[in-house]
Amino acid sequence: MNAPNLVKIPEGDLRERLVVVGNGMAGCRAVEEILARDANRFAITIFGAEPRVNYNRIMLSPVLAGEKQFDDIVINTAEWYVENDITLVSGDPVVAIDRAAQTVTSASGRIEAYDRLLIATGSEPFIIPVPGKDLSGVVSFRDLDDVDKMLAAAANGGHAVVIGGGLLGLEAAHGLSLRGMDVTVLHLMPTLMERQLDEAAGWLLKSELERRGQTILTGADTAEILGKDGKVVGVKLKDGREIPASIVVMAVGIRPSTALARQAGLDVERGIMVDDHMVTSDPAVMAVGECVQHRGICYGLVAPLWEMCRSLADAAVSAPSGYTGSVTSTKLKVSGIDLFSAGDFSGGADCEDIVMRDAARGVYKRVIVKENKLIGAVLYGDTADGSWYFDLLKREEDVSDIREALIFGQAFAQGGGALADPNAAVAALSDDAEVCGCNGVTKGTVVSTIKGGACSLDAVRSQCKASASCGSCTGLVESLLKLTLGDDVKSGPKTLCKCTSFSHDDVRRLIVEKELKAIPQVMQELTWKTPDGCASCRPALNYYLLCAWPGEYVDDQQSRFVNERMHANIQKDGTYSVVPRMWGGVTTPNELRAIADAADKYQARLVKVTGGQRIDLFGIKKEDLPAIWGDLNAAGMVSGHAYGKSLRTVKTCVGSEWCRFGTQDSTGLGIKTEQMTWGSWMPHKFKIAVSGCPRNCAEATIKDFGVICVDSGYELHVGGNGGIHVRATDLLSKVTTEQEALDVCAAFIQLYREQAWYLERTAPWIERVGLDYVKAQLFDDPEAVAKLAERFHYSQQFMQDDPWARRAAGEDAELHQHLAEFRPFPTMQLKEAAE
Amino acid sequence: MIGDWIDIGPTTQISPGNARTLPVQGGEEIAIFHTLDNQFYALVNKCPHKHGPLSQGIVHGNVVTCPLHSWNISLKTGEALGDDKGCVPTIPIREDAGRLYLKRDALVSAKAPEAMA
Repeated sequence: MNAPNLVKIPEGDLRERLVVVGNGMAGCRAVEEILARDANRFAITIFGAEPRVNYNRIMLSPVLAGEKQFDDIVINTAEWYVENDITLVSGDPVVAIDRAAQTVTSASGRIEAYDRLLIATGSEPFIIPVPGKDLSGVVSFRDLDDVDKMLAAAANGGHAVVIGGGLLGLEAAHGLSLRGMDVTVLHLMPTLMERQLDEAAGWLLKSELERRGQTILTGADTAEILGKDGKVVGVKLKDGREIPASIVVMAVGIRPSTALARQAGLDVERGIMVDDHMVTSDPAVMAVGECVQHRGICYGLVAPLWEMCRSLADAAVSAPSGYTGSVTSTKLKVSGIDLFSAGDFSGGADCEDIVMRDAARGVYKRVIVKENKLIGAVLYGDTADGSWYFDLLKREEDVSDIREALIFGQAFAQGGGALADPNAAVAALSDDAEVCGCNGVTKGTVVSTIKGGACSLDAVRSQCKASASCGSCTGLVESLLKLTLGDDVKSGPKTLCKCTSFSHDDVRRLIVEKELKAIPQVMQELTWKTPDGCASCRPALNYYLLCAWPGEYVDDQQSRFVNERMHANIQKDGTYSVVPRMWGGVTTPNELRAIADAADKYQARLVKVTGGQRIDLFGIKKEDLPAIWGDLNAAGMVSGHAYGKSLRTVKTCVGSEWCRFGTQDSTGLGIKTEQMTWGSWMPHKFKIAVSGCPRNCAEATIKDFGVICVDSGYELHVGGNGGIHVRATDLLSKVTTEQEALDVCAAFIQLYREQAWYLERTAPWIERVGLDYVKAQLFDDPEAVAKLAERFHYSQQFMQDDPWARRAAGEDAELHQHLAEFRPFPTMQLKEAAE
Repeated sequence: MIGDWIDIGPTTQISPGNARTLPVQGGEEIAIFHTLDNQFYALVNKCPHKHGPLSQGIVHGNVVTCPLHSWNISLKTGEALGDDKGCVPTIPIREDAGRLYLKRDALVSAKAPEAMA
């Protein structure tokens, strides 16, 4: 099948000679388009580097997966070349172009003259320059030879690593996985296919691939490929992890193959520069496909190639039409995973996001509308309407008439005027139509519940259970409320934020019940209305997950407020203040010297004693934070968490050891309490104090948890606040030993951590739920204190890890460093950028 | 072309949901954002309200919430959103072959408005 057909041009042939460099999809399609317009215009010779006929490269994935054979993906058989009088020179790549002589030279030395030359060299895989990249067993995923190598490796089973979680990498991983290999995908970015998918869809894809047994490591930066005797044995990541592999597929991207054109002196930037008629800087030379750059864009998908080929043929043979660029869409060729993306989904102030999630079916749909036009779409789980959206997008059609129903798809939106209104569609449902699948509630039941007096979503949920479980039918219930009551619908309880119709309590409960363990998962399962949340819900969800799954949930730094991300307090001028922990307000001359030295060294502009009995250094630059923390760590001090929704300080008085009125060792108990509680993340900041006698010098009765020592033991107070609304504490209980005081403290904190709403201090929390409720939760069950305390201690083993020490050791260094510095005059110097 | 656009390094230097800063000698510090949707934006690193460092805010959609007083600023236009009024200059940015480029003249001439009283 790969025998070249050397058709001799007959003597006296007056046709122009067209030489095509590249026997791939673009080159052959261009020839087909030319032949269709005028079969006798050119005498055509095609050079191909691969020793075979033209095949459909994008179908290599199904070949790897075993769903297709090579013969199935051949586009043009050997007969096609013969029938069309085309000379195919396969397995002999062109190595030089002489534009002056108008000839090309192949690797074997064959010289061919041309009147018109078409360069269609495509692209080549980008190989990341790491040690070991040339080992045997490291392959790319570009042609049939690569597939053969992967199949050979798969025949022996074992581990495969795919570097790159984009379209190509995931298709390679899927194929290898189906072939029985144990596959790990390494992706540099936090979400898969980040060019085509948003965070929500990327997360769904990742979970599905993991469910199928692949290991997906995101944020994975390859340091080197490990080898033994010249053969690959594994991959080492920059964080030190090593993954065994008998084959490594490098699929991090492609770049236009331009060496030949560059050598020939054609204009080349990223790709070979072409005009709208696919003509290069030399009028006799055309170029098409992935090797070209048109209006600044290089394409790596097949649809634009077809459009380019049409314009090329129009210009070369008939009437020039001009190619103006392509809008592209993406589908992943992994069986059983429906995924579609097109256009611009970056959103914007003038854009409107319409999101629909169906947790039960694993569906996420998002369309982006701007100025009444659809400009982008991301679909996961149900892509039936992908082509319709893509069509609307390409035709720039005005969608204002179908705006309300757009997200429900073509059938719905075009189902006539009445149905274009979702409320009308719900009205059209029959009474026995099931509205809530989780609890088996019909439309009739919901409507009669509403007519029976349930005037809010919450009331409907509590009375007939519709939308009380997974919540994916919330929109339907809301429509029914509106249809039944008109404007008399009462708004439900305060929702967590505008991105959801669930309250804080619901979200917390569902996270635990449904075992939701990641922010995108919560958003999908609880049908968030926005693609990636907002500045209110992201931090709340991050905390709720951290609290629900200690040791398991990985903190999402991007969902933290600046102070918690920087482990310091931002000030109005953008500098930070730094507060080292002083256990129970007790310090030493050595610590004070270290603080004084740090204040000098990092030019603190103010040194102030805080209300929490410690010292605050103001005016520290973000670049200096890791260094000052390192210095303070060296003197034995750790982060004071003066910046966090977390345990702040334990304020103490000197107590029985020094004070003539002191009844107990309040300082000692304060230190023990702080050592037990430091580092714990909370719904809001949390302050503790221990006073040695009822004179209460430590002001324990305006703290979240306050201890007043008395002769007979310890009075434990909760819910105090010295802020805008001063609130004195409520007496929670009285205990006789230090240990009991510590146990109740741990239990109370855990109850608050597990039940309060994010950004709710203990004072408003207790006012909301009532002191009696708190007491009942702690003391009705004699085991309750111990159980809560145990959960708190379990969580603490993961939390009591000084964040300063990790940063001082270099973790997340980029948070503290400028990207570079730009000096426009007189010389430019880019520190990190210049590489 | 070269000279109009300043290469500020590989895109991988800024993880999605984060921002990094680029001080400009004799000019304003620039914040370069990478959104969760994988778009890049560059703005003067000063909230139009009280000059809070926008680079330290929470990024959601293509909006950043200023860390000082929670103003929401559009990363695309630099405009304050909602009821707040104000605008911070944006710098044209482009991504090419895995690297980021900022428009030189905009970088040099960008000037934040006076902070509000």
